[in-house]
Amino acid sequence: MSAEATEKKAPVIKFLAGNEACMEGALAAGCRFFAGYPISPSSEIAEKMSGRLPKLGGKFIQMEDEIASMGAIIGASLAGAKSMTATSGPGFSLMQENIGYAMMAEVPCVVVNVMRGGPSTGNPTGPSQSDVMQCRWGTHGDHPAIVLSPNSIREAFDTTVQCFNFAEQFRTCVVLAMDEIVAHMREKIVIPAKEDIKIVNRKKPNLKPGDPYKPYEADASLIPPMMNFGEGFRYHVTGLDHDATGFPSGAPDNQEILHRRLVDKVEMHKDELFLFENHRTEDAEVLVVAYGSTSRSAKRAVEEARAQGIKAGLFRPITLFPIPEKQIALAASHAKKVVVPEMNLGQYRLEVERILGPAVPVVGVHRVNGEPIAPSLILSAIVGG
Amino acid sequence: MSMDYFQYLRKERMPHIWCPGCGHGTIMKSILRALDKLKWAKDDVVVVSGIGCSSRTPGYLDFNTLHTTHGRALSFAQGVKVANPNLKVIVISGDGDAMAIGGNHFIHACRRNMDITLIVFNNNIYGMTGGQASPTTFTGSKGTTAPYGAIEQPFDVCNMAQASGATYVARALDIDAVAMDRVILSALQNKGFSVVDAWSQCTTYFGRQNKWGDASEMMDRYKEMTYNVRLAEKMSPEEKAGKYPVGMLFQTSRPEWCEEYGKLIERVSK
Amino acid sequence: MSKRYEIRLAGLGGQGLVLAGVILAEAASIFENKNAVQSQSYGPESRGGASKSEVIISDEEIDYPKATHIDLLLCLTDAAAEKYLKDCPETALVIADSDLVPSAIPEKYRSVKAPITRLARETVGKEFVTNIVALGLIQELTGIVGLPALEKAVLGRVPKGTEDLNKRALEVGREAAHEYGAHILSARG
Repeated sequence: MSAEATEKKAPVIKFLAGNEACMEGALAAGCRFFAGYPISPSSEIAEKMSGRLPKLGGKFIQMEDEIASMGAIIGASLAGAKSMTATSGPGFSLMQENIGYAMMAEVPCVVVNVMRGGPSTGNPTGPSQSDVMQCRWGTHGDHPAIVLSPNSIREAFDTTVQCFNFAEQFRTCVVLAMDEIVAHMREKIVIPAKEDIKIVNRKKPNLKPGDPYKPYEADASLIPPMMNFGEGFRYHVTGLDHDATGFPSGAPDNQEILHRRLVDKVEMHKDELFLFENHRTEDAEVLVVAYGSTSRSAKRAVEEARAQGIKAGLFRPITLFPIPEKQIALAASHAKKVVVPEMNLGQYRLEVERILGPAVPVVGVHRVNGEPIAPSLILSAIVGG
Repeated sequence: MSMDYFQYLRKERMPHIWCPGCGHGTIMKSILRALDKLKWAKDDVVVVSGIGCSSRTPGYLDFNTLHTTHGRALSFAQGVKVANPNLKVIVISGDGDAMAIGGNHFIHACRRNMDITLIVFNNNIYGMTGGQASPTTFTGSKGTTAPYGAIEQPFDVCNMAQASGATYVARALDIDAVAMDRVILSALQNKGFSVVDAWSQCTTYFGRQNKWGDASEMMDRYKEMTYNVRLAEKMSPEEKAGKYPVGMLFQTSRPEWCEEYGKLIERVSK
Repeated sequence: MSKRYEIRLAGLGGQGLVLAGVILAEAASIFENKNAVQSQSYGPESRGGASKSEVIISDEEIDYPKATHIDLLLCLTDAAAEKYLKDCPETALVIADSDLVPSAIPEKYRSVKAPITRLARETVGKEFVTNIVALGLIQELTGIVGLPALEKAVLGRVPKGTEDLNKRALEVGREAAHEYGAHILSARG
């Protein structure tokens, strides 16, 4: 791995595992700080980062636990570095408090959660999608959530770049929810040339030295421009309720304004966040909604159902949250039945049921046995009554 | 002592939240006097804290200030320092923040030896949450969660720091501002991880629950519980028994994390 | 070749099966521009216990990345044969190490038994090239990837200084195809 793919002017062909592609995507997006703690099945991301970052002048630090890893990437981001950590189940649980801090204090950062079976130690090496709702609601309090989930090696690269772009654009913590299958399988990937990768950087306020800076004063976009520590505009950052100055404020009006803005800044831009794939949904009478590696089983099942004369289609959210609700409803507009396969006991299915309402039956295909969901299981649900 | 403290303070954030008799403000002033001597540009200074009475300090200071989650200040601070080693990073933490919920971060920060100074405002109690026992509550002392007196042995912040690898370790009492100034200045000047165990009396919770009297009586008691480390050689073991040394307790020189990582970058990026 | 070709390489951790799968998939996807996905068993068993590596090669987009209808099974232990033969459709080609898999391969399968490990140890001279001998054998027997592509993929992955050894291993594997698998080669025509 001597070639510094992320710095190449021409595309580079590689054969990578998902965890490696994720790392390449992060470096391409400009990530120059990684803090982490070893945990299966995400550890390769930390391992590869420890080798690559210093070659690019970036920094890698192995922390004493995931709590500290999360704290360190927030600190690094405030000091100006695009930063990231990667973990799995139990580590993701430990990170939740500081993930909430990043959302509250509006510090851009990326957390990769390579999902394994839970709760608790669960199945450290088997695939799972059982953290989907934790990705949405893991930390306490109302909060925004941007969660992406790739299903291929190329997409592991692309969605990681997207995570950084969204984190920078929206000043928040963005989660990449990758399952173990995508993390560890290998495929060919053509890493685009540097100039072909769209990079978003945090918006800076237009200030002259000495101008007053209110770090949480947002314009109509609801996203406040951000100065880094050390750039000459001293300000205060806290996880307490605060006003536009950044200082704690217990005033009820300020609290209401803050919490609504934190959620609304993502909500009002959500059309920019929706990444998804429609596969043969135009006339689909049976719609499968699947994400991550399970969507690959689902695509096969859809093809096999079509071969049997069943009008099946697949809607694949890449952006899990915010949920592409209108897009799901549109894909289901001809559906007499909707099938939601997941390597959990129905976390996203509940969302699909909520979106589509009682008019369309929603059937779950759920497995929590540490094995991928085979296409035949999904096909049975498509075909079955 | 004629310096203008307000050049370093956010006047609009006054009054502070600390109770009458609390030692935290005294320690904060020692920090400001040390910074005034060092003449560091305010834009280059980052003050990080966790949660608790002491952790409100950064909000009053006109630097880059970061009030983090309970116990986690050191992890945020190390991220800041690694991402931009040119920044001067100071961490202010309480005894519960640094030694209980943040204990693991404390020992690993000592081990890494980044150029960061940690000042533990140690008042042997959780003040902000109502006087619960902390990891530095003395055996037998009362807290709202130790109504019959603590049965556990307290942590010695300085022994922990030294054993874990900090390269400058000192203890000072808020009553002795000269000593406090001296050790904080030395700690900030040390190229590595420095720990100052800064004793501060909590009259509201510790003093009242333990019937230790007002601030001046508490300070007198702290003096009785300690001895100057420079006099240690002349003291008998009996005289030192059960007492805490104050002053500069340990200093050594060891590679600093960011410098070592800088060398690593040089080595591998060729 | 059929549109989707599924290969399972099974044996013990340390036999180099994960690397063999990666090389095969790279040969197909990078050097022949087909699609390929490689995956492996993952967990404590990969450190000395049972090991499994799968490769799917296809002219078309590969959706489901795991094997469902095996075309080729390589067994380097008896335990692997016992565990994975029962998942094998009758159309599969089964290749086994004749010294390490004493059990008979059921007659319904087209099968080849060759002393793969022994060839690596004695003919090539290093047991650690067992996986590369196996790749040579697979290449010659199936043609699933071309020799130039396979050779490039092997040389791209092996440690510097072992290139000649690994080329020799490929050759020994291909020769073994003729010595032990003539019945398969003649059927391929």
